[in-house]
Amino acid sequence: MAEGAARPRLEVRGLAKSFGGTQALRGVDLSLLPGEVHGLLGENGSGKSTLIKVLAGFHEPDAGELWIDGEPVRLPLSTGQFRELGMSFVHQQLGLVESLSVLENLRVAEIASSRSRFGISWRSERARARETFERYGLRLDPRAAVAGLRPVERALLAIVRALEENRSVGRGHGILVLDEPTVFLPREGIERLFTLVREAAAGGASILFVSHDLDEVREITDRVTVLRDGARVGTVVTAETSETQFVEMIVGRRLAAMAEFEHHDLSGKRVGVAVEALTGATVRDVSLDLHEGEVVGLTGLIGSGFDEVPYLLYGARRARSGRLRLGGETYDLTSLHPHEAVAAGVALIPADRPNDGCVGSLPVSENVVLAVLDRYFNGVALDRRRARRDTGRLMREFDVRPPDPSLPYGALSGGNQQKALLAKWFQTEPRLLLLDEPTQGVDVGARQQIFELLRAAAEERGMCVVCASSDYEQLAAICDRVLVFGRGRVWRRLAGGEVTKERIVEQSYAAMAAEVAGVVA
Amino acid sequence: MTEAGEAAVAPPHERSRAWLADAAERYALLAVWGATCVVFGILRPDTFLTTSNFTTIFGSQAILVVLTLALLAPLTAGDYDLSVAATMTLSAMTVAILNVDHGWSVWAAVAAALGVGLAVGVVNGALVVLLDIDSLIATLGTSTFIAGVVLWISNSQTVSGVSDSLVELVVVRRFLGIPLEFYYGLALGLVLFHVFEFMPIGRRLLFVGRGRSVARLSGIRVSRLRWGALVVSGAISAFAGVLYAGTLGSADPTSGLSFLLPAFAAAFLGATTIMPGRFNPIGSIAAVYFLVTGITGLQLLGVQTFVQQLFYGGALVLAVALSQFARRRDARNAS
Repeated sequence: MAEGAARPRLEVRGLAKSFGGTQALRGVDLSLLPGEVHGLLGENGSGKSTLIKVLAGFHEPDAGELWIDGEPVRLPLSTGQFRELGMSFVHQQLGLVESLSVLENLRVAEIASSRSRFGISWRSERARARETFERYGLRLDPRAAVAGLRPVERALLAIVRALEENRSVGRGHGILVLDEPTVFLPREGIERLFTLVREAAAGGASILFVSHDLDEVREITDRVTVLRDGARVGTVVTAETSETQFVEMIVGRRLAAMAEFEHHDLSGKRVGVAVEALTGATVRDVSLDLHEGEVVGLTGLIGSGFDEVPYLLYGARRARSGRLRLGGETYDLTSLHPHEAVAAGVALIPADRPNDGCVGSLPVSENVVLAVLDRYFNGVALDRRRARRDTGRLMREFDVRPPDPSLPYGALSGGNQQKALLAKWFQTEPRLLLLDEPTQGVDVGARQQIFELLRAAAEERGMCVVCASSDYEQLAAICDRVLVFGRGRVWRRLAGGEVTKERIVEQSYAAMAAEVAGVVA
Repeated sequence: MTEAGEAAVAPPHERSRAWLADAAERYALLAVWGATCVVFGILRPDTFLTTSNFTTIFGSQAILVVLTLALLAPLTAGDYDLSVAATMTLSAMTVAILNVDHGWSVWAAVAAALGVGLAVGVVNGALVVLLDIDSLIATLGTSTFIAGVVLWISNSQTVSGVSDSLVELVVVRRFLGIPLEFYYGLALGLVLFHVFEFMPIGRRLLFVGRGRSVARLSGIRVSRLRWGALVVSGAISAFAGVLYAGTLGSADPTSGLSFLLPAFAAAFLGATTIMPGRFNPIGSIAAVYFLVTGITGLQLLGVQTFVQQLFYGGALVLAVALSQFARRRDARNAS
């Protein structure tokens, strides 16, 4: 690794970006040296992906500078400009077109760029591709369809493609950005990936390695930059930093801003909701009893499957098997529809608010009333005035600001949108409330209010609440119990005094480690 | 967010300005319509500004009004129905053939025609909902198929001699000098307005069109509503066909097909007025009559008939461009 005097290949200074009311990046600095593997660590929502999307020209930053090889580059970058600057990306979704062949995917950048020749000789391209794969020690058939590849092969293909782009454009000295490339890889695949990364770095490339996984980052990187709440906590040399120091940097030792919340033991209470043998796309054989008034958190790292549980319980996604027992009725989750779930007293607050939660172009009142339209229908006409008045009252009760029911829903800030969404569903008096990332894109003040609303709903109304979240602090703040998932199964059940942020983080990473070691699988 | 916060505490004069801008957008089309009448009135006072001219304008376009209204349910639900004009032609032909060739009573023939319209809607809905085919493609297919069926059953001939009792109730009898069919269109428009704005099903339909995923996760039976919207559109198109047969006293196998584009032009233009941004019956009716007034006026000035196509084609593109513009502006204001 090049130290000290070397001029950074890439330097970012004071990068800032906000979405609506939330500050995703607050003046972040980052520098990548030639031949360096640089880790980027941080929790979900810490700003990692926003930073990368700015580099890819996908987001327009509010402020900040970018320097490449000591030359200033104007921000925002235009689409595809990153290629000219010698950058290549491997995104978490890999960016492969499944219906096309390995070869077409490998050459997509060349085909897309204006430099491409008129005719493509597929025969010689195939030969070149075979050579390339041989060089990396891969056995891949260029003619095979990507849809038929195993996950490891896909990931390696995406990485080889990025390395090749790097060789051709950056002459091997370019910048390679790997965004969570290991999430779906087994250990042996990770080893091969790391070999490729080390070779590329030895050849002079600069690599930005973005990951959740502390162990991997410690293994492969030279230096690490840690982000928290959109700000840089620090940049450290990996070899000189202990695991505990890393965890402290990631999690932070924030003052106990949250009122200390008592995690109730509700196992003596009646069971309000029971989930039996739930199997979905990722989760397998999950069973769970919820006591009346209990808030249960579901968490884990990306790919562990915890986040599909709310949708499976709501019938929004079809389960492979599983039953939901609620108020004396049993529902088959392989055939449940959302409208049946609603009728049974289940409510879902989805993570993707703009697409699944509410329609931004329609007024708040119409969005809020949608769940209980029939209450305002007297057989002839809707009482729209009463609906608007009731919505206004609800908005004040839930402190949605400004409390104007005729405003388009999309004009509210993230936090107020979420409070309005809670108001919409609390009207139906659900027995089971399902939440997915309930405070994503929500500012700090509203976050606290939402926590209080959820706690009150559980304690006063006896609602059962299931909260899927990768925000560990939030889970510690509202949950009586937390289930940590690893590769589709419940890895740990934390209760009472164990429900702390540190313990949840530790177990999430442990679940991932165990998964890799094959203990869970 | 800041904009919203400012809106809440905006000084009164800004609020009233916003209200004015809103009203201007709502009634712009009506104002343009009025201006068109004034211009043609000045240019051709003897022919344009006559009662008979206006009764012709109102009476002759009732079929287009009904056909435009047929489009509103699927458009609100986010689907296209390109088969409305073909269904209308099929319905008119059904009335004529059953009544004239097979000697059915005209009312039985009308009932059969409405049944045919419902059946077309059921098939369209099945293709769109069960087979998950894009509505544009599915109805493009059924539209061409139906047009073929019409040529087949009619031997490509006009069938004339439809019972006078139907003709009587559609065009001959008048109220305030305007044929009754105008009032049928108006009544249907008012009924749809009530359903869209004042009944739960209308609200649900709106959410199905604006945010299908939101609607589904709010417990709305999205597939059922989309299917239902296409069935309603088939039935209303068939009703337009009944009026068409009643207006002409006959049915010809092709002329009805040319109503498709004017109906879309009116539906989209209607969505820029009265309730901007939403497909709405009252706006659509206003749009039909605005377009027809323009065309009639130009024809009185001696412009040739090709102006119709120029006018309708141009209006469709302009209306969609306007609504895109409004939507983008709303999106900007919303974020």
